[in-house]
Amino acid sequence: MSEADQLIDVLTSEEVEAIEAEIAHLPDRESAAMEALQIVQANRGWVSDASLSAIARLLGMSAAALDSIATFYNLIFRQPVGRHVIMTCDSVSCFVMGCEKVHKAIEESLGVSPGETTEDGRYTLLPIVCLGACDRAPVIMIDDELHGDVAVEDVPAILERYP
Amino acid sequence: MAKISVDGVEFDAKEGENLLQAVLSAQLELPYFCWHPSLGSVGACRQCAVIQYADEEDTQGRLIMACMTPVADGMRVSLEAAHARDFRASVIEWLMENHPHDCPVCEEGGECHLQDMTVMSGHTARRYRGNKRTFENQYLGPFLNHEMNRCITCYRCVRYYQDYAGGTDLQAFGSRARMYFGREEAGVLENPFSGNLVEVCPTGVFTDKPFSKTYTRKWDLQSAPSVCAGCAVGCNTIPSERYGRLKRVHNRYNGSVNGYFLCDRGRYGFGYVNDDARIHKVGVRAADGVFDVISAEEGEEKLGDIVRDGAIGIGSPRASLESNLALKVLVGEENFCTGLSSAEDALMRLILDVYECGGARIPTLAQVEEADAVLILGEDVLNTAPRVALAVRQSVRNESLEMAEQAGIPLWQEAGVRSHGRESASPLLVASLLPTELDELATHTCNGAPESLAAAGFAIAHRLNSAYAAGEELDGPTQSFVDDAAAVLSRAKRPLVISGTSLRNDGLIKAAANIAWALKAQGCDAGLLLTAAEANSCGVGMLGGGVDLDTALRAAAAGQALVVLENDVTRRADPDLVASAFSGSTAVAVLDSLENATTESASLVLPAATFAESTGTFVNYEGRAQRFFEVFAATGETAPAWRWLSKAGARAGRNDMHWQHVDQVVEAVASHPRLVGVADAAPNGGHRNAAGNRVPRAPHRYSGRTAMNAGVNIHEPKTQVDEETPLSYSMEGAMGDQPAALTSYVWSPGWNSNQSVFKFQQEVGGAMAGGDPGVRMLDAEPAQVDFAQRYRPLQTPIGAEGDGRFKLLPTHSIFGSEELSGRSQPIAERGPQAFIVLGAAEAARLQVAEGMGVRCPELDATFAVRVEESLAEGLAVVAMGLGGLGDEVPSERVTLEPDPEFVPPTTLIARG
Repeated sequence: MSEADQLIDVLTSEEVEAIEAEIAHLPDRESAAMEALQIVQANRGWVSDASLSAIARLLGMSAAALDSIATFYNLIFRQPVGRHVIMTCDSVSCFVMGCEKVHKAIEESLGVSPGETTEDGRYTLLPIVCLGACDRAPVIMIDDELHGDVAVEDVPAILERYP
Repeated sequence: MAKISVDGVEFDAKEGENLLQAVLSAQLELPYFCWHPSLGSVGACRQCAVIQYADEEDTQGRLIMACMTPVADGMRVSLEAAHARDFRASVIEWLMENHPHDCPVCEEGGECHLQDMTVMSGHTARRYRGNKRTFENQYLGPFLNHEMNRCITCYRCVRYYQDYAGGTDLQAFGSRARMYFGREEAGVLENPFSGNLVEVCPTGVFTDKPFSKTYTRKWDLQSAPSVCAGCAVGCNTIPSERYGRLKRVHNRYNGSVNGYFLCDRGRYGFGYVNDDARIHKVGVRAADGVFDVISAEEGEEKLGDIVRDGAIGIGSPRASLESNLALKVLVGEENFCTGLSSAEDALMRLILDVYECGGARIPTLAQVEEADAVLILGEDVLNTAPRVALAVRQSVRNESLEMAEQAGIPLWQEAGVRSHGRESASPLLVASLLPTELDELATHTCNGAPESLAAAGFAIAHRLNSAYAAGEELDGPTQSFVDDAAAVLSRAKRPLVISGTSLRNDGLIKAAANIAWALKAQGCDAGLLLTAAEANSCGVGMLGGGVDLDTALRAAAAGQALVVLENDVTRRADPDLVASAFSGSTAVAVLDSLENATTESASLVLPAATFAESTGTFVNYEGRAQRFFEVFAATGETAPAWRWLSKAGARAGRNDMHWQHVDQVVEAVASHPRLVGVADAAPNGGHRNAAGNRVPRAPHRYSGRTAMNAGVNIHEPKTQVDEETPLSYSMEGAMGDQPAALTSYVWSPGWNSNQSVFKFQQEVGGAMAGGDPGVRMLDAEPAQVDFAQRYRPLQTPIGAEGDGRFKLLPTHSIFGSEELSGRSQPIAERGPQAFIVLGAAEAARLQVAEGMGVRCPELDATFAVRVEESLAEGLAVVAMGLGGLGDEVPSERVTLEPDPEFVPPTTLIARG
């Protein structure tokens, strides 16, 4: 099996194509590291060791060097996550506005602690320092959607919207 | 020079240098972590904060990081201001929050930069009561332990490993308080300079693994200044002993040679000193073929008998100049051979001829780093003279340093220099038999058989100056390499040409000389570096012998008695010739430290001391004579070989070699016109400091002296007296004002780690106080010779003969190819299995592929196959020193056949 075939074996041809498109805009292949990680994560939800090695080969860098970049960013997931990722802001504005009660309600409703994934693989719960929407604190974000002014009683309905 | 005021006291400092370096050069105390003289400043750790005042009126000042601030004339700073002290105390308190309380069981304890800086900063009580973050450690191979909990995230390890040494498998992972410095997954750290992490890490994250197996605190180690015996570079080392065992080797700073760094062969290749196969008694072969132990006196007598009526003496490139000289005097010049193989001996003579023409500068390693264009012709330096490769790696940075200078970026501004000059590199041209590890840095590469590489070299010289004759016609790619090389080199201000003896091809050396000379004639400061294989190849070459090895062996085969000095001749000559010499000789006396194939065939074996148990001189590739000192006294009957030879001479009635003392032998060496400088390589045994003190081998805290042997004898042993050197075998004496060649360990009050070396330098990162150790003996004024006509290319046929047989060519492995280090456990563990490299067409013809086996009946050896597309037909490359091979390939062509039985051995790695 050629090297190109091995890559395709791990990454889809669409992923390779999208990454190559990013590389085309940049001075060297390594510079596309962040974009490549995001492309793969968008497609698969997370970046596995196998994906990481394949991306590193594609970019002509060592897997260790790429992992050094990947692990710096807390939103590049190097472990599997649930179908939906809930990020709860625990920064100062949300804290003042009582986010702790909301977080507790979410944890109780899902039966997991921050950093964990529900057994059915539906949700992963992660804390985050700021979502940039302090005027609507307390704020949570699920996948790409922001939910502001969240009250404890809103929690079940919000969670219900993410099957 | 700038004048700076530090806490009201004026100091001279270099304008533009960083303030931390200036402050340390002024011998003031300022704590730091991330800065390193060879790695520059990044301002990561915030530990070197000081207050800078705008002018005399300013009493408030502002906080600055000393390592990130250039020195300017009239600058006013304070290290002692309360704000600065408080800030530094806070920084270290943060760093220490997650640091474990494990100093008593940590191997860094007692030589830990973090300990020293913590004490210096006054952080003596812990306030933090929370949990500490913990990590899983990784298996990193046989050289290094990993204990990540101790990490203070200074980033020195990755900056050294990646930026300086070019490794990619050590990385920084994660962020904030969870930074992790390690590999992507557990496994051997691949870079062959990884051992320096032991000294680069300011605390105990990376510690010396073989050392930890029989660990001793630094203050309990007895050490002496020494020189690495691993190759011809001659890195300065500090080997250390306790309980009669050599425990570890650390770097000994020499600003002209190794600087702060060793290669892993040098650091971990000393294990043979403690080996069970060491010879400690005199043995004489009895009629039944078994060795009988006899007394030292009987041994001397027997050796005296053997040489009385004349004998052939075979010296050694791994023995000291002193021992080689003793043998040369004992048997007479006409019966003495250098112990180099005949092929290597001829090349060594050629190198000396080149150097003595004085046509180009012989660069120190520090000068290699300064070269602005490097051509490597044939020599695989990473595997034959590893520290040279690390220096070449730094030379490639010169382009970006020059760019930084033009842009006004201080050269110590590491991040700035690297990002500004990201894509630029000084030219590196590598012409090699097989692709080399340095190719990744090379701007131009070219592969070919040694004869083709030599032809390319002659062609480059011809392109530079048509008075130098061109060689054979070249193929297209080689011709374009030649064109590029000539263009690139003639643009350089400090070009450097590197070659050596490892391919056993004189054309390479001649061509390298022609190129350097042609460049020099163009008016630039050209350098020429020619490496040899072993620690004293150059020294024994300069001493010279009347016969070469093959002639010596033939004389022995014809019935002459034979004395072999620290040399396994089976590695260096044709096996049949060696066998006939051993069987034909009337007596074969062998002086060596370790059992080997030659001692096996001896009729008399005398135990010779290793570098660690004797004092002597090695001459490195640049002709630098460097003295190594006895670290600890030899056990049993073991003695320096020169002493055996001297005593045997006395027994044989010789009155010209009554040497009692190593200095007398040194003087005898220095009477040789080429070796006059040897006497100045280090002070002689009579040297004392101004107060009449010796230099101690043991630190002042050395403990257990009265009790460490109580298990054997309850009575306190008498302290051993050193009759030969200015060093003492105890903590008695004075450390600090000794000449650099006598630095037995580095320590200074408040500076227990190796960072204290700056206290012994003229300025931080500069030469050692009083000058770097060693005496250069080959610097010559240009001779009255016609440089262009001196070495002319030879017409040598290249290519297969078409009978299906193979011409074997040598290649080398940093781990395993060198004889003695290869017998050290951690090095053997890292060494590859015996391998052979075949071209794609030949592999196909033999129906073998990568990883399969081939047998060579002539050598009675089996090899794992590696395939290298470019290797020409009829050639095969074998790794020397592995799988039963010695240092020479047979000159006759050999047959190769697939070995269906071949099973690649599984790598057994001892974990933990």
